[in-house]
Amino acid sequence: MLGDVLDYLTDGANWSGETGIGAFAVQQLLLTVTALAAAMLLGLPIALWLGHLRRGGFLAVNVSNIGRAVPVFAVLLVLSLGPVGSGELGPYGRAGLATLVALVLFALPPLITNAYVGMTEVDRDVVEAARGMGMSGRKVFTTVELPLAIPVVMTGVRLALVQVWATATIAALVAGPGLGRVITRGFANQSTAEVVSGAVLVAAGALVLEGLAVLVERAVDPMRRAGRATRGRPLPTA
Amino acid sequence: MPRADEVAQCYVDNSWLCGRYWSDYRPELVDATVQHLWITVVSVLAGLAVAVPLALLARRSPRLESLVVGGTTIIYTIPSLALFSLLLPFTGLSPTTVVIGLALYSLTILVRNVLAGLRAVPDEVRESAVGMGYAPLRLLTRVELPLALPVIWAGLRVATVSTVALVTVGSIVSYGGLGNLLLRAVGNQFKAQILAASLLCVALALVLDVVLVVAQRFLTPWTRRAG
Repeated sequence: MLGDVLDYLTDGANWSGETGIGAFAVQQLLLTVTALAAAMLLGLPIALWLGHLRRGGFLAVNVSNIGRAVPVFAVLLVLSLGPVGSGELGPYGRAGLATLVALVLFALPPLITNAYVGMTEVDRDVVEAARGMGMSGRKVFTTVELPLAIPVVMTGVRLALVQVWATATIAALVAGPGLGRVITRGFANQSTAEVVSGAVLVAAGALVLEGLAVLVERAVDPMRRAGRATRGRPLPTA
Repeated sequence: MPRADEVAQCYVDNSWLCGRYWSDYRPELVDATVQHLWITVVSVLAGLAVAVPLALLARRSPRLESLVVGGTTIIYTIPSLALFSLLLPFTGLSPTTVVIGLALYSLTILVRNVLAGLRAVPDEVRESAVGMGYAPLRLLTRVELPLALPVIWAGLRVATVSTVALVTVGSIVSYGGLGNLLLRAVGNQFKAQILAASLLCVALALVLDVVLVVAQRFLTPWTRRAG
């Protein structure tokens, strides 16, 4: 079995062409990066601002609960058969737009919740002290709250990244783009080697992205807090 | 009067909303929901059965804890479609494949919450129990676990709700509960079926969550006053 998987993965013919591993991998990476960037642009400013005002907590926390309860597969299907449609979208492939919309939707909950919680968990005394020193609301936000909230906010970004990658894989179930297609094609061909090869690629991609995200998380943490600030953090879905 | 062999207009139009679908396909919907429910329940219970001993082991040393938490996090990072596929050579096209995969995800959530719940037990409480002569096992079952229950229960709710959503992906190995109806609808674009299965799936998650909330009120009556 392992030999068959190795044979499949090392055969150059399986990597090239329009439906090769290479094309699917590029598609999935493009989808992941685009969706994460869009979700960050949409979600982070609002969530950080609400966190700064310490308002709308009910919404910010419940958005995650809703995100968990809704199946990715169902949303992808409804979007691709509904108004969004399943047409080709440039480099994003078949059902590209439907997939992107679904990815953004499922990236938002961890981003919003963590950004909000990160802001509200900033020590109130520190914020009061900054105000007492005469800092304006904007100054407090940019020089005090944001730097202190960065670790939790970045954890949300990492969770969203893993979530987006997993969601992009499921797009294959609705004949969408991405690496999941290697898996679904393997099932269609009744080739366990192909199924497992696809799964190995998807899993390896997820672990590599998670590892890279951890490195970025450490690099951008202005406090360089040692230890276990992320313990007990929420988990992604899908 | 519409005749029985007359095809309902909403089938012809392939509408999202189709009342006839719900009655015509009732047996299929019931079967899929029942499968969805039992896969969810078995997976979460299996996850819980492994999570509690694992958490008890992990709290013995910080190194064991980071090993357990780190290891389960790595599993959680693997997307569901890939995890089921990786189990395929071992368990084949069977419900076991889905249950093992989903139990592993539940396990990750539950281990963290069991650990967090036990950590939150105040030292004074533990010490007084020991002072009163509680043996380790009795301390665990009569003092620590009951006090940790609200946090463990919160994890159980998260695990259950996300498991309900993830069961749909199990349709790749033909055991996805309502997901099987979704996958069948990919080919024929049967919109009424897609909407029905999606709504039932979300409803199932909400119902199970409410059941767990109600159960908690009975299991931990002492927290009711605070709530």
